Amino acid sequence: MLDIIGPFFRRLHETTGLNFNVFYDRYEYDRFLTGASNSLQLIFWTLLLSLVIGVLGAWAQNARSRVVRVVMGAYIQAFRNTPPMIQLLFFFFGLGTLTPTVDMGGYSQPLISSYAWAIISLGIFGGAFNVEIFRSGLEAVPESTLDAAESLCFSRWQTYLYVTLPLAVRISLPALTNNLVSLAKTTSLAYVIAVPEMTYVLNQVWSDNVNVPEMMLLLFLFYIVVVTALASVLHFIERRAALPGYGQ
Amino acid sequence: MISSSRKKHLVALTAAFLGSIAVLSAGPAQADRLKEILDRGTVRVGVQGAFKPWSFPAPDGTLQGIEVDLAKSVAEALGVKFEPVVITSANRMQMLQQSKIDLIIGGMYDTAERRKIVGIIEPSYWTSGPTLLAKKGVIKDWKDIADKPVCGKQGNAYNKMIETDLKAKLTAFAGNTEGKEALRSGKCIAWAYDDVSIMADLEVPEWKDYEMPVSTLYNNPWAAAVPIEEVNKGWGVFMAGMAYRWQAEGKLIELAKKWNVKPSAWFAEQEKKHSWDRAYLTPKN
Repeated sequence: MLDIIGPFFRRLHETTGLNFNVFYDRYEYDRFLTGASNSLQLIFWTLLLSLVIGVLGAWAQNARSRVVRVVMGAYIQAFRNTPPMIQLLFFFFGLGTLTPTVDMGGYSQPLISSYAWAIISLGIFGGAFNVEIFRSGLEAVPESTLDAAESLCFSRWQTYLYVTLPLAVRISLPALTNNLVSLAKTTSLAYVIAVPEMTYVLNQVWSDNVNVPEMMLLLFLFYIVVVTALASVLHFIERRAALPGYGQ
Repeated sequence: MISSSRKKHLVALTAAFLGSIAVLSAGPAQADRLKEILDRGTVRVGVQGAFKPWSFPAPDGTLQGIEVDLAKSVAEALGVKFEPVVITSANRMQMLQQSKIDLIIGGMYDTAERRKIVGIIEPSYWTSGPTLLAKKGVIKDWKDIADKPVCGKQGNAYNKMIETDLKAKLTAFAGNTEGKEALRSGKCIAWAYDDVSIMADLEVPEWKDYEMPVSTLYNNPWAAAVPIEEVNKGWGVFMAGMAYRWQAEGKLIELAKKWNVKPSAWFAEQEKKHSWDRAYLTPKN
C-alpha cells in the first residue's frame, strides 16, 4: 500500500510543502495504521458494551426489586452527569490503582490495561444514556399490545423478549443512533490515559514533525469517514426495521 | 512557520474538503508585534502550568517559577502588564503561530526542526536533557528499558528516540502529573523527562524512593521563542537583548538560587561568554 501511495505524498511534500508523512514514511505509516486500527476496535467494543449495558439496564429499571432499581438510578445519575474525560481519568488513575497487578520487576503489568479501561469507562458512560433511551422505547410500547401478549399466555419474560424489546428497539433507534455516533466520537478522549488511538498517534506525529494542520485535517477526515459509515449503517437498520403505524 | 506556497496549497486543499477548517492554517498577519504589545498594554507569555520550579501554580492560583519571573522581567522592561497563558509541549508552537501568545518561555528545546517554525531567541536561558526517573535499584543502564513500558509526555522531542533507538514501549500522557502518577502507580518502569525537572522532583519527600539512575542522553539548550516573522524585527531583537542580559547579568544564576535549583556548569560558562569585557573602564593611572 505504502509503495503505491508513498511516491505521490512524497512528491506532494516536495512540491507544495504539505507534509502528510504518515503516507510515505514507513515508521509514521505503521504508527498511523496502529492508531487507526486501535481507534476502530475501541469504537466497536465501546459501542457493544454500551448497548449491552443499555438493554440490561432498561430491564433492571423495571425490575421488581427496589434495590436493583435504586442502584440503576444511581448509576445513571453518576455516569450521565459527569464528563467522560473525568470518568476516564477516574477509572484509570483512581480505580486503576486498586485493581490487581502482576509484578514485573520495577513495574507491574495491570490486569486491566489503559485500553481496557477506556472501553469499560466509555462503555459505562454511553451505557447510561442507552438505558434512558431504551427506557423511553419500552415506555412507548402501547399498553394494549402488552395486554394482547398477555392474553396469548406469554410469560412476563416472553412478553419482554418477543414483544416489548423488539418494538422498543425500533422506537429507540433514532435516539440510539445519535448516542452511538456521539459515543464513537468520544473515544478520541482516550488519549488522556495514553491509549494509542488515532488522536494520540497523530498528536505524537505532529509533535515530532510539526505538521500540525495536515495531521489535524487527517484526524478530522478520519472521524468524518468513520462516523459517517457508522451512522449510515444505523440509518439503514432504522429504515429496515421501521414498522408502519409506530411513528415511523 | 508554514511557507507561503505550502500555506496556499493547504488552504486550497482544506477549503476543498471543508471551508471552515481553513482557519487552522490562516493565522492573522502581524504588522509589528512589539508595537502591538505596547498598544495593548499587556504581553501574553506562554508558560507551562505544571513544571516545577519553572512555572507552576502558587497556592493562590497565580503562576510562579523561574520562567514566570523571566516573563515578568520582560513585561517590566516593556512597561506593560504580564498575562501568563498556560501552554503544553504539544500546542505551544501553534499558539504562537496563531498569535494567541506573543512569546514562549516554556522549557522548550532549541532544535533545527523548531527553528523552521518559530523564532528561536538567542542566547538560550537554560539547558537540560532527557533522562529517567525510576524506583531505586530497578534500572542500571539505558538498555534496561528495552521492551518495557516507559511513561512520557506527549509532544516531547525525544519520545521518538526512546521508541526507536532505545526500543522502549513509550506511553505518553498529556501532562507531567499524569505521567508521573502512572509511574507511581506502577504502570511503567520509568518516567522519561528532563533531568532538571526530575532533579527538582527528587528534592520532594514523596519521591524519596526514586532515583535518576542513568546519565542524560544529551544536553539541549532551552530557548524563548517569538513568532518566526518577528525574529529579526523589533520584538525578536528586543527579546534577544533580554536573553543576553539574563545571561550577562547573572539573572539566571540568581533565579536558580531563588528557586533552589542546582545550576550546572553551563550557567557559569554562559555568564562568562556573555559578559562584556569592561576592563577599559577602569581608570589607568
